[in-house]
Amino acid sequence: MQRTSDVTATEHELRASFLLGLDGDARAYHRFLERLTPLLRGYFRHRLNKLPDEVEDLVQETLMALHAQRHTYRRDQPLTAWVHALARYKLVDLWRRRSRHEALNEPLDEDLEVFGHTDDHVHETQRDLALLLDALPDNQRLPIVRTKIDGLSVREAALATGMSESAVKVGVHRGLKALARAWKEMT
Amino acid sequence: MKTDELLRLLAADTQAVPRHAAEKRFALALLAGLGVALLWTVWGLGVRPDLFEVVGSGPFWSKLLMPALVSALGAALLWRLAHPGMRPGALAWAVLLPVALLWLWAAWVLWQAAPAQRLDLLLGQTWRVCSLNIVLTALPLGLGLFWALRGLAPTQPGWSGAAAGWLAGALAALVYSLHCAEMAPPFLAVWYVLGMAACAGLGAALGARSLRW
Repeated sequence: MQRTSDVTATEHELRASFLLGLDGDARAYHRFLERLTPLLRGYFRHRLNKLPDEVEDLVQETLMALHAQRHTYRRDQPLTAWVHALARYKLVDLWRRRSRHEALNEPLDEDLEVFGHTDDHVHETQRDLALLLDALPDNQRLPIVRTKIDGLSVREAALATGMSESAVKVGVHRGLKALARAWKEMT
Repeated sequence: MKTDELLRLLAADTQAVPRHAAEKRFALALLAGLGVALLWTVWGLGVRPDLFEVVGSGPFWSKLLMPALVSALGAALLWRLAHPGMRPGALAWAVLLPVALLWLWAAWVLWQAAPAQRLDLLLGQTWRVCSLNIVLTALPLGLGLFWALRGLAPTQPGWSGAAAGWLAGALAALVYSLHCAEMAPPFLAVWYVLGMAACAGLGAALGARSLRW
């Protein structure tokens, strides 16, 4: 019972900041991602006992997918169900790639499981996003580098790159989509 | 790249998410697909010559019943399949129910008919082209629905493709009824259903490849 109520509390907390994020609140969205990441890591670590090196890659891939697909969340739906469906899709996708046999053993677990374990222990990723980033055109790479490495705000990044604020936003947006595509092609 | 950096990066992409993007996408896909399918049926195949005489009759509307029901249920099913975490539930088999009812009706009609008539009821005049025409009419609808799905996140690509094909086939059957003069339930139960099933099969094969994300 204790764990179920913990998970319910997590659902409320995460959902609140996620909804703010959907409406454009970057700080709430960042808070949501920070809170979600160890949960995803725990979920995958639990299910990838034999593939510990894949966990962090899968966490990153799922975060990117979640970001790219956040318009598919229906606001009247539990967030756990949505996150779990995405995470499981990425997990099954990994298994499908690794071996046909493992793909047959799709886990039959419950939505709540996705918020059941926390894991802060970060392994190194195998595929390096930074390499993919270098391959992007300047108008996408620079906004991403400025907001990522320097942690600049959109306005500061615009000043630093000489681009307009909306060009920085569009650059980040398109660059992320291109990154997700390039990532997918490497797998 | 460290995961923390990725988080900052994702949070820097602060464009607010529009609320009804998925509804608009499906509506656009259906309108465009129906438009092209109608144009093809009216200009390419031609409407049945007696359309204005039969349009008020009971048999004409009962012919539309199966594809209309499948369309409504199929749209609801596809909507769920396109959104992660929304389970299809009973809709997954409910989309087949109208066909089962049509089959019962067709079996009853065949049973009532004189033995010499039964083959005519099954084959009509156009059994050679009917299924293929339905598949062709479904093409623009299927393309539209796949386009809509690719903008969403189906977690079961094969099933989603099959559902999209089944829905496209049912809508195509509705549109094709403007052209097709066959009214016998046994004919519909075989050739209309065969055309819709072919669409579903095509959709499943294409979906398993092209709907991954």
